[in-house]
Amino acid sequence: MAIGLSHYLTVGAILFTLGTLGIFLNRKNVIIILMSIELILLSVNINLVSFSAFLNDIVGQIYALLVLTVAAAEAAIGLAILVVFYRNSGSIAVEDINTMKG
Amino acid sequence: MNLAGLFFYFFSTVAVASAFMVIAGRNPVHSVLFLILTFVNVAGLFVLLGAEFLAMILIVVYVGAVAVLFLFVVMMLDVDFAELKQGFLQYLPIGVLVGLIFLVELVLVVGTWVMGPDVATAIKAPIPPAAQVTNTEAIGRVLYTTYVHYFEIAGVVLLVAMIGAIVLTLQHRKNVHRQSIPAQNARSKKTAIEVRKVQPGQGI
Repeated sequence: MAIGLSHYLTVGAILFTLGTLGIFLNRKNVIIILMSIELILLSVNINLVSFSAFLNDIVGQIYALLVLTVAAAEAAIGLAILVVFYRNSGSIAVEDINTMKG
Repeated sequence: MNLAGLFFYFFSTVAVASAFMVIAGRNPVHSVLFLILTFVNVAGLFVLLGAEFLAMILIVVYVGAVAVLFLFVVMMLDVDFAELKQGFLQYLPIGVLVGLIFLVELVLVVGTWVMGPDVATAIKAPIPPAAQVTNTEAIGRVLYTTYVHYFEIAGVVLLVAMIGAIVLTLQHRKNVHRQSIPAQNARSKKTAIEVRKVQPGQGI
């Protein structure tokens, strides 16, 4: 059985589900939540690249590159916010991040 | 089964297993290391798909920069991670239920969709044969011409992210003597030196 487009899409779907599951289960640890977001963006990249390869259109790889850029920027900003929050409150638990509520 | 199929199953199995270990790991350092393993295996999948440039960028950017950034932050924060793991089992049943339903829906979508009839005519930039043009050159030909604005906006996004991260984490400490260049430049002979006559036996 040859490896087709749906094989790659299934791998992307499984990784996406694991990413969302990580956000569901680790309700307290912000670092794991950020890593789960990285997993979700990675699965999106798998989908883009596999469609690009099987449709013979290189634009999908360009978009994967742009998604990669945004993911890197998001990780940098998220971790910077996390460090500042830890410096101010001494904790990274999600439950403690409620000081901005009205 | 041919060799490419074998490698596909190898890479995807290891990627999925290590992605599971990322969210299930007890120690965040192990989670980061499994995240690196996931990225490396997905890079292998990209090589199988013929997207070598993106595979190498994935390793350089993610493994080299983002994952190391995660490692730095995990090691810098002095947090009791066992305590953060407390409510894990509390959300396990509902989380697994939601995840399972979600996965079944996604697989159903993947298994039943068909390509539209006019997709073949909608292709904007066909991939040239790999024997003539390498993947990197093919991406460059499209990225620097048709999509050059997207490329520049991506650069601006990265610049803003860099400045934002620096501004967020920069802290001015008290009790540290800093160099004041205007004050130094404003010094003249008049303000710096004072000549006094000292009488013998009296002092100043």
